[in-house]
Amino acid sequence: MLILECPYCGVMADETDLHGGGEAHLKRYGPGSSDDEFETYLFHRKNPKGVHFERWRHVSGCGKWFHAARNTMTLEVYGTYPAQTTEPPKELVAKIKKKHPEWGGYE
Amino acid sequence: MRRYSAFAIAREAARYHTGWERAWKSPKPKKKYDVVIVGAGGHGLATAFYLGKNFGITNVAIIEKGWLGGGNTGRNTTIIRSNYLQDPSAAIYEKARSLYETMSQDLNYNVMFSPRGVMMLAQTEHEVRGYERTAHANALQGVKTEFISPQRVKELVPIMNINGPRYPVLGALWQERAGTARHDAVAWGYARACSDMGMDIIQKCEVTGVRQANGVVTGVDTTHGQIDCDKLAMVVAGNAGHLADMAGFRLPMESVALQALVSEPIKPCIDVVVMANTVHGYMSQSDKGELVIGGGTDGFNNYTQRGSFHHVEETVRALVETFPIISRLKMLRQWGGIVDVTGDRSPIIGKTPLGNCFINCGWGTGGFKSIPGSGWAMAETVAKGEPGSLAGEFGLDRFTEGRFIDESVAAGVAH
Repeated sequence: MLILECPYCGVMADETDLHGGGEAHLKRYGPGSSDDEFETYLFHRKNPKGVHFERWRHVSGCGKWFHAARNTMTLEVYGTYPAQTTEPPKELVAKIKKKHPEWGGYE
Repeated sequence: MRRYSAFAIAREAARYHTGWERAWKSPKPKKKYDVVIVGAGGHGLATAFYLGKNFGITNVAIIEKGWLGGGNTGRNTTIIRSNYLQDPSAAIYEKARSLYETMSQDLNYNVMFSPRGVMMLAQTEHEVRGYERTAHANALQGVKTEFISPQRVKELVPIMNINGPRYPVLGALWQERAGTARHDAVAWGYARACSDMGMDIIQKCEVTGVRQANGVVTGVDTTHGQIDCDKLAMVVAGNAGHLADMAGFRLPMESVALQALVSEPIKPCIDVVVMANTVHGYMSQSDKGELVIGGGTDGFNNYTQRGSFHHVEETVRALVETFPIISRLKMLRQWGGIVDVTGDRSPIIGKTPLGNCFINCGWGTGGFKSIPGSGWAMAETVAKGEPGSLAGEFGLDRFTEGRFIDESVAAGVAH
């Protein structure tokens, strides 16, 4: 079972207490943007085989949104971090890179 | 190809079954093909078959990283139905269902199509309204379905508890001509027919790169070396995003795990397929007597072909509530497949940003039932270079235009 540490309340929450929110750090587009930009924002997803940054909500706990770095091939969890950011923390990216030198890094 | 028949069985019985030949050849790849299809699952093989049968294109290779039909074709719960709300969906799924009816004869391979009927239970007032609407839509589309009463449900499935404490059965959407088929046989039958037409099926050959020049595809790099082609068809379900990445474009799609399980075999007790979307489980009985059970997808991206335990629990709980007699059954096997889910829960068939490269993916949790229709539509798209009437609405451009085929709302969860 998938277990993620909620970065707000520190609880090791298992999957049934959480709700997945899809890819993290999407660039949002508003009025005046082109059709292609809207398509990218609304529908295109990285869907990688490997390291994936995603949004989760601690629904049955503190109710807050946070981010997690997880591997979609091994289900390994690299870490979680608060949602008030537009990109993953550098330490976390460095930690994953150290573990998987072949990984292209966060883009 | 030697035809299978009652006579062939008698002939082989008389000579200790020494005369059976391999159902399909396993050749080395040639340098170049007119069409290379990536993915030898049901959809890829069906595409190849109809390319040959409907368009006479037989210089075709079907390459597969694993073994033939070893992905979702061999992992589904074998349900075939076409009771969809939206017109484009109903058209392609009904085409598929009608092709299933004659598939065993067309392929000279017994796919054990069993039109036993599929019922989708309505267990809330919303579902009653939704399914009545679908039944009316189906009548206009020429798909025979009807909304039936709880009493009729009980007659059709005596083992069902229609007065459950949480969600009593209020009716059901019933498609009499829907049913099940033997999933492996569909892949094997198509493979045998394709091989007979001179197509090359190359297994254990993984694509590692897509070659292109001036925005047009020229071939693929594989673990068996470079294979050139005039046209490339990507038919790889859950791995479509990965392959699209190699070709340099992105897809409006995410890959998640969907699970199924089967019970120990028991005597025949249910002769239709029952889907219960509110409590989220579906069940039918295989010819071996096992109850074949499916549930919902996990809520996160996953490529591991195994899913979360709590979804199994939810599914089984829902079905025990609906069918109390199964509460003491042991489950024999449980497995997962990776399904490619799009934003509107409808598939993608059509052209890609890369020239002469076509894609067929996004069937999500409803791939098996659509195999012949999908292959038919994809073959037309690849042969003509433009999608035909069946595939027309399913292009990638619908996401730019906001022209969705919104089955995520129409079909609820299971699909």
